[in-house]
Amino acid sequence: MSATPTLELRNLEVAYTVRGIDRQVLRDVSFSIAPGEAYGLVGESGCGKSTAAFAAMRYLPRNGKITKGSILFEGDDIVSISEAEVSRLRRSAISMVYQNPSTALNPTIRVGKQIAEVFELNGFSSDEAMTEAQEALTKVQIADPARVMRRYVHQLSGGMAQRVVIAMALASNPRLLVMDEPTTGLDATVEAEVLDLVRELRRDTGTSVLFISHNLGVIRHMCDRVGVLYAGVLVEEGATTELFDNPSHPYTVGLLRCIPRGGLHKSTDRLDTIPGTPPALGTNLLGCVFADRCALVDDKCRSQQPQMVTISGSHVARCFHSDKAKDLPRSVEKIEFAPQHEAGASNLGETLLDVSHLSKVFTQDGHKVRVINDVSLRLGVGETLGLVGESGSGKTTIAKLVLGLTPPEEGGVISLDGKGLAQTLNRRDVQDVGAMQIVFQNPDQALNRRHSVTRIVARAVERLRSFSLRKAIERAHELLSGMRVESTLHSVRPMQLSGGLKQRVAIARAFAGAPQIVVCDEPTSALDVSVQAAILNLLVDLQKQDKTSFIFISHDLGVVRYISDRIAVLYLGRVVEFGTSQRVFSGPFHPYTEALLSSVPKIDGSIRRRIPLTGVVPSPSNPPSGCVLNPRCPRKEGSGYESLCESEEPNLTEVEPGHFMRCHLPIEKLKQLQN
Amino acid sequence: MLRFVAKRIGLSILTLFLVSVIVFIMTSIMPGDIAKQVLGRDATPEAFELWNKEKGFDKPLVVQYGRWIGGVMTGNLGTSLKYEMPVSEILGPAASKSAQLAIVALLIIAPVSILGGVVAAMNRGKKIDRALTVGGLSAAVIPEFVWAVVLILLFGVAVEAFPVYAFPEEENPNLISSVYHLILPSIALLFVLFGYISRITRAGVVEALDSDYMRTAVLKGLSIRVAVVRHVLRNALLPTIAVIATQVPYLAGGLIAIERVFNYPGFGNILLAAVIARDFPLLQTAVFLIGVVIVSFQLIADILFAVLNPRIRQRVTE
Repeated sequence: MSATPTLELRNLEVAYTVRGIDRQVLRDVSFSIAPGEAYGLVGESGCGKSTAAFAAMRYLPRNGKITKGSILFEGDDIVSISEAEVSRLRRSAISMVYQNPSTALNPTIRVGKQIAEVFELNGFSSDEAMTEAQEALTKVQIADPARVMRRYVHQLSGGMAQRVVIAMALASNPRLLVMDEPTTGLDATVEAEVLDLVRELRRDTGTSVLFISHNLGVIRHMCDRVGVLYAGVLVEEGATTELFDNPSHPYTVGLLRCIPRGGLHKSTDRLDTIPGTPPALGTNLLGCVFADRCALVDDKCRSQQPQMVTISGSHVARCFHSDKAKDLPRSVEKIEFAPQHEAGASNLGETLLDVSHLSKVFTQDGHKVRVINDVSLRLGVGETLGLVGESGSGKTTIAKLVLGLTPPEEGGVISLDGKGLAQTLNRRDVQDVGAMQIVFQNPDQALNRRHSVTRIVARAVERLRSFSLRKAIERAHELLSGMRVESTLHSVRPMQLSGGLKQRVAIARAFAGAPQIVVCDEPTSALDVSVQAAILNLLVDLQKQDKTSFIFISHDLGVVRYISDRIAVLYLGRVVEFGTSQRVFSGPFHPYTEALLSSVPKIDGSIRRRIPLTGVVPSPSNPPSGCVLNPRCPRKEGSGYESLCESEEPNLTEVEPGHFMRCHLPIEKLKQLQN
Repeated sequence: MLRFVAKRIGLSILTLFLVSVIVFIMTSIMPGDIAKQVLGRDATPEAFELWNKEKGFDKPLVVQYGRWIGGVMTGNLGTSLKYEMPVSEILGPAASKSAQLAIVALLIIAPVSILGGVVAAMNRGKKIDRALTVGGLSAAVIPEFVWAVVLILLFGVAVEAFPVYAFPEEENPNLISSVYHLILPSIALLFVLFGYISRITRAGVVEALDSDYMRTAVLKGLSIRVAVVRHVLRNALLPTIAVIATQVPYLAGGLIAIERVFNYPGFGNILLAAVIARDFPLLQTAVFLIGVVIVSFQLIADILFAVLNPRIRQRVTE
């Protein structure tokens, strides 16, 4: 235990100078990482996670500075050492892996050369460095490293780019690896692969890791110890399992409750949220940082700053009421609903949207690429249809086809309420346009920055409902209030709103035309989990109230499972599995769905053996013959159906009532394999 | 890549065709009767007719255009009406002079402006940045001929460090002397272009400095200076190259005012003379050649851009 920690932060305070005023972002943060240990930092955006990571690299933004405390690397303070010494440390001892690998690599230099640069810095000749770089790529299990060496970053997929960044980071044999959201933005299957790789490399090299993530499942999967940051304060710390199983700070408890997981479903469970918003950057705090949002708050919390209290062993929490944290009152009432749809039933409600034989061919550099291939879907009144699949599987394209933003190929039919819709938006009448609306992933880009919130919504009402301006404004206020956007905020511009509020405005806009269907394209992906929970609750409320149907696209399977009644799993523009949420998630699974589900790291720590998908998603311009999944299928080998899988494309068939699958393997066989 | 280049060249040729048509029409409808100027007011109508016939001006415009453009493409640039000598013999030496001025000017302007932009970007927000930005822009709003006069007065008359003519008087001047004579006009042009080019460079460098890949480079352990040279410049200079390439024709295609101030027998002087004399065979060809220079440099800029930027290069190969 007496070994010098690889990294130690002691009472670290970091401030950013904004308009001449110092605003504190890290407040008295102390933690240490032992040699070979993986330490996770979690928290929502703006809580200071990345600042802590970059401080450990002695790399703060131009306006950032360390105002107090020290950062010790292997016992030596690195706060006061010269820039040259810092460079030496970065060259040889501390490396970093970033959130966005494709921008972290130089677009105009071949990736091989960029990795080789690290070896050159460590004294290799340029030829040796290139050989070493290729060796490094082999270590991160990249297929065909010699070819990847000669690629530019734009020619790599996100997962490959992250492998390259990891190879680069490990090139210097670092004693400390700082990973800042290394898998955020990657597909679940790719994320799982990258995480497995990091675990393996860590086992081989014994490198200490500082792992930053907002994803609690990933942290639980990757780290030995965890620290929870809130508003720049470390509020809880402990061994991973102990902290997740016995959270003792109200913030940690709240965070864990926000996440749709473990089979929660909208029909039976309401997500808890954390009310309020984190304190603004640099606010002076008298009492506990979390006091304003805490359900256990009392006068002492507001006037006195709590110290770390030992819960058990090394598990500590900064709370006066840590003993009561587990019974933190819910901020959202738990309402018990009678389940609307019996599990496994095929009683699709009255069909609202019927999409059949939808295909879409894009022309790319003269080649025809079939991105959507004969997709048929049905959506009932007041239901949610979840679309899942890796990026490039065609989720968004289907949404675009349904909305009429791009016309389908000959033969595709989209009908709403039994009435066929025109294939393009400009040939649909106002009513049809209003009947189907969309909420985008990024409200920043979806809302006009120059218009007030009211104007954004009123404009949509005016267009879609043919209201007079005055009536439209009235309706806009109603809608916004319905989305719980306070009336004091109706006249502001989107820029002044938080991410969650912006998304509420976007939802209000989508509801302007009294829609029957709202397409939600990753509506909560850019939001923090507590905000996500509130938005999901809102969507569920709206659905119950107006019988609105949703087409819900998300890469987060927990979210999709929570909100959807039906799920369509897409692969390479084809529906490979379709059925009720219950059926699709409880199995027997389509081999692709199985692989997808098994790649999600579980928050409850349960280990499900990962079913890997080998290789990469094939290009839709040249799909494999037979079943499109067959080169990657985890269940093909030894199933006895190999030759059929490789020669013939299976049809989407009903394997159980209300459960469709596109697979040659009979359901009994799958059931047997998956047990 | 080949397809990309072929496509660009095709587009350039199309552009030049349109330019030739426009130039031809515009010079043809220019007011003033050239025959009157050449033959004098008192010439008889028969003499005018004969002259016009001899020069082919009685033919329909389409035929005249065909003859002209056919000549241009086969190297026969026509005959000047005023000087009564082949246009190529007039334009050739002038073009060479203009090119010399452009080259010398560019060799001074490009490095100085890029350096200015890089220095400004790396000292973002500091005094030196503001001085370069504000100074550069202030200098650019003053026309080049005013700078020329100021420079002549300062360094040609008061200090006598540089010649006031841009063209050496001796016969067969050597290279050094020629370049030396071109320095003052080049500096005048530098004042005009510095603000523009350095600002574009600054913007490119600032963006690259703020980029994630620059952060990666620094966190790899490269010193700032090395990281800038290896990782920033190549990305940052892409827009600068495009801007410089578009300025080359401005430098090479007739700097009328500068040439007059420095009494330099370049393209600009010829253009001016041709306009005044309504010498439209000369004018047409001269303007068209300027068009060729502009389009060619745009083409070069595009191709260079693609070579330096793998994203564009790849998109065009796939």
